[in-house]
Amino acid sequence: MTSVLAELARTFAMLSLVSIGGINVLLPEIRRQVVDVHGWMTDAAFAHTFAIASAAPGPNVIVVSLIGWQVAGWAGLLVATLAIMIPSCALLTARVLARWSDSEAVAVLKAALVPLGLGLMLASGVSMMRTVDRDAFTVAISLATAAFVVASRRNPLWALAAGTCVNIVALHMS
Amino acid sequence: MLRPMKQISRAELFLGFLKIGLLGFGGVGPWARHVIVEERRWLTDKELAEVLGVGQMLPGPNTMNAAVIIGERFQGAPGVAFSLLGMMAMPLVIVTALAAIYDRFASIPEVRVGLIGAAAAGLVLGTALKMIRNIKLAPMAFVVVAWGSLRSPCSAGRWCRS
Repeated sequence: MTSVLAELARTFAMLSLVSIGGINVLLPEIRRQVVDVHGWMTDAAFAHTFAIASAAPGPNVIVVSLIGWQVAGWAGLLVATLAIMIPSCALLTARVLARWSDSEAVAVLKAALVPLGLGLMLASGVSMMRTVDRDAFTVAISLATAAFVVASRRNPLWALAAGTCVNIVALHMS
Repeated sequence: MLRPMKQISRAELFLGFLKIGLLGFGGVGPWARHVIVEERRWLTDKELAEVLGVGQMLPGPNTMNAAVIIGERFQGAPGVAFSLLGMMAMPLVIVTALAAIYDRFASIPEVRVGLIGAAAAGLVLGTALKMIRNIKLAPMAFVVVAWGSLRSPCSAGRWCRS
């Protein structure tokens, strides 16, 4: 048991170090490690785990916590979650960064990262659409939700709920 | 850039991130903006975009990085702990509960088709567009936005379809 936990810790700590740009970019490599390298799960079980994590709210990274849970129970969940968070916590050294942030160089660097971050967010929206939208109708739901968010200051939960309800009705009619 | 003058308590950080985590269907990005910029006004669109940009470029899950930066900014190391705990608490409970009942849960057609997906994707897209609209970008920055968009994480998309 302890050896499984140690392997979980090692695997996800290594993965977290290369997880620049988010967990979704890393998914194929996580699948390779979990299914092919360590044999912790079958391909189907991994797909199920991914589906469950997507159905739940929260940061995408909870897929990693759930893998830990499936492999080694609550201890596995804790170990996998902490391991994937190591670089973020190392950001505590961001204390140092924060002290710099009055310097002009850091201000310029941060300003330069703004369009890049926005572009990546735009890209993940498009990429999510390509993954989940199966026909013109679901594309229309995505675009309508996007339009609501852009045009309205209301809570986006309304758009999310409305889009999902329309989708459910459409599923039952088709 | 000026340091934020706003005073945000640890409890406020925890509750704010609790809400972000709890509502964050299809990823927490759109909800982070809604709660942090629109609802509680902790940061402006531009400040949040900076935090997200820095979070993207550093290793580690980007929303975690953003939570660490924001927590640290307002309350130091304890703020980091409260922010991360707030964001992760409910999703972890929900996801393990779903996994525990998966066999029954998976037979519901609504779940298999991932019906929330289409709307959630629109949420991410719309939030990105809104932030781009609200931040006065230099013309050159649009080139970078486009470049960022092309660097799409579509490898995940390909995997999901297979």
